[in-house]
Amino acid sequence: MSLLSVRDLTVKFAMRDQTVTALDQISFDLGKGERLGIVGESGAGKSITGFALMNLLSRPGFIDSGSINFEGREIAGLSDKEMRPIRGNRMAMIFQDPMVTLNPVLTIGQQMVETLQAHRKLSKADAEQISIMKLREVYIPSPEDRLGQYPHELSGGMRQRIVIAMALLLEPELIIADEPTTALDVTIQADIMELLLELCTSNMVGLILITHDLGVVSQMTERTLVMYAGRIIEAGKTREIINDPQHPYTQGLINALPQQTLPGQRLKQIPGNMPGLTAIPDGCPFAPRCQYAIDNCRRTRPETVSYANVEVACHEVNRLHNTVLEDQSA
Amino acid sequence: MLAYLVKRLFQAIAVMLAISFIGFAIQDNLGDPLRELVGQSVSEETRQQLRDELGLNDSFLTQYVRFLGNAVQGDLGTSYFFKEPALDVIMKKLPATLELVLGATLIIVGLSVPLGVYTAIKPNSIPSKIIMGASIVGISIPVFLTAILMIYVFSVELHWLPSYGRGDVVHVFGYWDTNFANVDGWAHILLPSIALASIMLPLFVRLIRAEMMEVLQSEYVKYAKAKGIHPGRIYFVHALKNTLLPVITVGGVQIGTMVAYTILTETVFQWPGMGFMFLEAVNRVDTPLIVAYLIVVGFIFVVTNTIVDLIYGLVNPTVNLARMGA
Repeated sequence: MSLLSVRDLTVKFAMRDQTVTALDQISFDLGKGERLGIVGESGAGKSITGFALMNLLSRPGFIDSGSINFEGREIAGLSDKEMRPIRGNRMAMIFQDPMVTLNPVLTIGQQMVETLQAHRKLSKADAEQISIMKLREVYIPSPEDRLGQYPHELSGGMRQRIVIAMALLLEPELIIADEPTTALDVTIQADIMELLLELCTSNMVGLILITHDLGVVSQMTERTLVMYAGRIIEAGKTREIINDPQHPYTQGLINALPQQTLPGQRLKQIPGNMPGLTAIPDGCPFAPRCQYAIDNCRRTRPETVSYANVEVACHEVNRLHNTVLEDQSA
Repeated sequence: MLAYLVKRLFQAIAVMLAISFIGFAIQDNLGDPLRELVGQSVSEETRQQLRDELGLNDSFLTQYVRFLGNAVQGDLGTSYFFKEPALDVIMKKLPATLELVLGATLIIVGLSVPLGVYTAIKPNSIPSKIIMGASIVGISIPVFLTAILMIYVFSVELHWLPSYGRGDVVHVFGYWDTNFANVDGWAHILLPSIALASIMLPLFVRLIRAEMMEVLQSEYVKYAKAKGIHPGRIYFVHALKNTLLPVITVGGVQIGTMVAYTILTETVFQWPGMGFMFLEAVNRVDTPLIVAYLIVVGFIFVVTNTIVDLIYGLVNPTVNLARMGA
């Protein structure tokens, strides 16, 4: 029995004159303590997936159809009031930019204590003790003093550690981390990721890591979803996807990594841009940018098929795979 | 903190100097004081002699420095009409005006926060639309019209409330009589306070609403939701505190402006405050009193703004007053 099971989740945005589809029938599972990466370009629907799981889509976004089963309970249609005991308690979220996620006028202590008290009957003193313990787990020096401090008195890396500590406060089953290191210095990014990995493995917490960094995904996660224009176009074990990507888009992403290029050479990039939500083509959304696209790709939408240990949504995966093999042997 | 206070004090002195200069320049250019003092039957020689005695023939700068020297000692000249020190005349009228401003401030603070928060949380509800519509009307109608309208409805037609004066006031100390001690006093101050609040209240409702709506879009409010915090706490602890920071700053300026608005309200309600006094002083060309009024109002402005800045520093943790002095 998996921890989280998402089936055909569709999220739409009601614009003034039309309704656009931001997530198109995405399905995936997450086992207890499993770590899943979601990668893709900006606007691919990664963050929307995270917010949809928390039922935190703000208007005009809404869950149109599909199901989200969390710990054996359907949560897709729950009201805010029904979601409240789950949010922060069973399922916690780490936001992108720690400079703006903490409330500037409340102390760290107030923000941690309120989280505990929102879900458990605890005295302030007890809640502070738990907070100090969790701050220690994320290697915050002199945690007792931090409780009285305001966010602006702390560095970005420190704040993100505190946000991670807050996510762990109530020992959730699932943490959704939405690009948790994008806003941080490169030197601190690795530390934060390492910390997150360590805490998730030692506490058996499931992790959904939303990122555009394939390198991070390969170190942090066991399985990966590649998203494009609101769809999952490739899914499977992270190792398989990194070593043997099937979808031309995933291949493009991996080829674009700096490690794939010799020093001094230009980085390989995928030509063109991802289509906007209002202009997603009828067929394969990637077709306009795909060098292998044939007429069929532009006409009909590819179904997801199993191929070489991964699930992939591409008409031409068979031919493509052989071509690539020929290229490599040539 | 002390360094900041000293710095603020110097700024306040600079502002007061500027105000006194403008005030004095008005006095210097507003007609001949001799005409007000002695009338027409005095000969030109006596007039010249009097001018010399009063120092009116000295240069502008000498006169200004003398004026400043007296002002620092609390002497802002003598009212032509009342024949007593202008400052004393104002001090007798000041409590009435301050009580009126206090009444209006209580109405504004008491109503603008709940109304502003409500219209921000439920922007599309029918009550919100009514409140926002009414606020436009409130801002658009001038104070004196609101005042006359209220007198017509509540005094003339309904006979609920008195239409003029302070009524039965209770003596506290010095020049201070209060309206807040008995029912008659409350009845008299109610309509003028509402009239005075009628422009500021809608302004604050709209300001709080706009700030609150912006704060509700912020990441930290979204994060608080993601932590499962109760909406009441999100609205009134997470959002409201951030909303009120800019509102406090604007509020400080507006309290000063309200002291100026009292001129209209006091005139319509025959309220014996310094606004009413000012208008009479203008009619009588009582120049020293006009100048003294300008300086006292400027002083109130400077004091309230300094206090508001200090409060802001205490409320906003990201402002460090100790460091700002450096």
